[in-house]
Amino acid sequence: MNLVESSRLAVKGVLVNPLRSTLTTLGILIGVAAVIVLVAVGTGSSTAVQDQISRLGSNTLTVTAAQGGTGGRGGFAGRGGGFTGLRAVTRPAGSSPRIDTGTQTRLAQLTVDDAAALSDTAQAPDVVSVAPEVTARSVTATYEGAQHAVGTLTGTTPSYLVNDDDTVAAGSAFSDADYTGHRRVALLGTTVAADLVGGDGSDAVGKTIGLNGIDYTVAGVLASKGTVGPEDADDRVIAPLTAVQDTLSGYGSLDRISVKASSAATVDAATAEVEGILDARHRVTAADADFSVSSASSFLSAATSSNRTFTVLLACVAAISLLVGGIGVMNIMLVTVTERTHEIGIRKALGARRGDIVGQFLVEAVLLSVIGGLLGVLVGLAGSRFTIVGVRPVVAPYSVLLAFGVAAGVGLTFGLYPANRAAALRPIDALRHD
Amino acid sequence: MSDGVGPDGSAVALPVVDLRGVTKTYGHGDTAVHAVAGVDLVVRRGDYVAIRGASGSGKSTLMHIIGCLDLPSRGRYLLDGIDARLLDDRQQSVVRNRKIGFVFQSFNLIPRTTALANVELPLAYAGCPTALRRRLARQALERVGLADRMDHVPSRLSGGQQQRVAIARALVTDPVLLLADEPTGALDSRSTQDVLALFDQLNEAGRTLVVVTHEDEVAARAKRAVRLTDGVVVEDLRVAPVDGPPPGILAATAGTAS
Repeated sequence: MNLVESSRLAVKGVLVNPLRSTLTTLGILIGVAAVIVLVAVGTGSSTAVQDQISRLGSNTLTVTAAQGGTGGRGGFAGRGGGFTGLRAVTRPAGSSPRIDTGTQTRLAQLTVDDAAALSDTAQAPDVVSVAPEVTARSVTATYEGAQHAVGTLTGTTPSYLVNDDDTVAAGSAFSDADYTGHRRVALLGTTVAADLVGGDGSDAVGKTIGLNGIDYTVAGVLASKGTVGPEDADDRVIAPLTAVQDTLSGYGSLDRISVKASSAATVDAATAEVEGILDARHRVTAADADFSVSSASSFLSAATSSNRTFTVLLACVAAISLLVGGIGVMNIMLVTVTERTHEIGIRKALGARRGDIVGQFLVEAVLLSVIGGLLGVLVGLAGSRFTIVGVRPVVAPYSVLLAFGVAAGVGLTFGLYPANRAAALRPIDALRHD
Repeated sequence: MSDGVGPDGSAVALPVVDLRGVTKTYGHGDTAVHAVAGVDLVVRRGDYVAIRGASGSGKSTLMHIIGCLDLPSRGRYLLDGIDARLLDDRQQSVVRNRKIGFVFQSFNLIPRTTALANVELPLAYAGCPTALRRRLARQALERVGLADRMDHVPSRLSGGQQQRVAIARALVTDPVLLLADEPTGALDSRSTQDVLALFDQLNEAGRTLVVVTHEDEVAARAKRAVRLTDGVVVEDLRVAPVDGPPPGILAATAGTAS
């Protein structure tokens, strides 16, 4: 008896009990669809994070204070004009775990002077642009009764726009003069602008808005960066660092210094230069550095590896459901074999060989799981078109092939035992069975 | 007339069934049950043998052994010259397929499968091409008078019709032996007559038949009646010669003549 005959018998077997076959198929369907959708979600979120990070610019470095060196604000009596802020004279109490060695006062935090030092073209030839950044928290923007809780308020210099690849869609950027003049001007992200003045937000230009009750004039509206993952990249306000320190954040240390290297190829050189300058200024060595320099690529690799873990976990959950579906197939095949024991006896009496019986039931099991697998692929592809928990799934072709292949393999594996059990029955025992 | 010489005087004619000292024992030691306790039985080509016995006489076990559904514990069994004890599982399947046609009390048709497909089944297992298989199956069904019922599933056929489908299925491979186990046990008297008439025709045409039964009516149609009690042959009665027509046909012609 050839495969065509076995298949015909298998199709008949599947159709004998449509409800049962449907439910068995459903188990495989859900498993396959789950693998495809969950892997797509994992891949999608990974892609989203990569997009987000690559938007930082591949040649942008971020300098942050190391743990223990951040957080102090009050003791920093600096009031700067441009990059010529006063040197800190008092070391903030409790802000650093290091022991004061006496006469030396160590700077445990990033200052505007650090930023100024990094823009020294002699010492850092590969650095093209430096922007000190402070972030003010819990800022509410108001305009004529409209209110908006700002996602991020960054106080910085005009270079920030270069480093962050920002463009101004309406109005104009603030200038170095605004910076040195402590002028209270602001650039709004489109979400903030639209929330305050309605429309697309471009009407906000020239208006005076309140930021935590302090008047700022809107200089311009930033071009939209879109939504990246669950975060709205347009829910932000940028203002001169000087003005922000005057009014919103206080004169603490910088949260970050953003540094742009001349090209992607010089990122490593620029990193070394930045580290050299800051080591000298902070009187530390690489071993006890109180700051860290990270690039987009280092974020990217960290994020990629964490995302891979996430994807693998999702795939494991899905694989388990596929396994459960496979056990369902086996269960049903065992029931089928028991139900059809008498028929197996008849077939054996008529001359069916072991292989004929194995073939018939094995093809039936594979048929159930292949149908489930195909439907699961369809459902999985359809399900991947929806945004799931803020992530736009990206279907990974390998997951489709893998899920379908595993489904077919599951049918084969889990069908083997029941089929062999059927074939091993002695004809007289099988014939006596009712 | 002696074994080993055919009706036309040619050599040959190996007996279809040749049982020598066959026993079948279930269990071991004190609890052992001797279902068949030493049977010698030779069935020649063209014979029509009824094996009779009460339930528990071992006739079913003997039938299973003759049908290669079970192997003897001891003794030798040659089916058409083939030693059944030397066959492995696969070869047993092939022998059942090529040499024996089974007819069961409960018909044993495959449910939800048309009469034609049921009759084709042994040919399918024999690896016969589809077109030839279909033709042979049609012929077999026509032979048993079911030309107009080929596409019916068993549940839509009467008991007598189902048994005729089963007989067609048993004949389609042209086996050396038609082995029937209580073939009329589940039939009304009219269907019983149909089936027995069919058996008479088949035997007259040269088919070897072994029928296991407990009904006198069935046994009376055979050329030879063997009675089994407690696993041994206690009576072996020759009613009509192997080479002649079966008693049923003789009675019918005698009836017409008078």
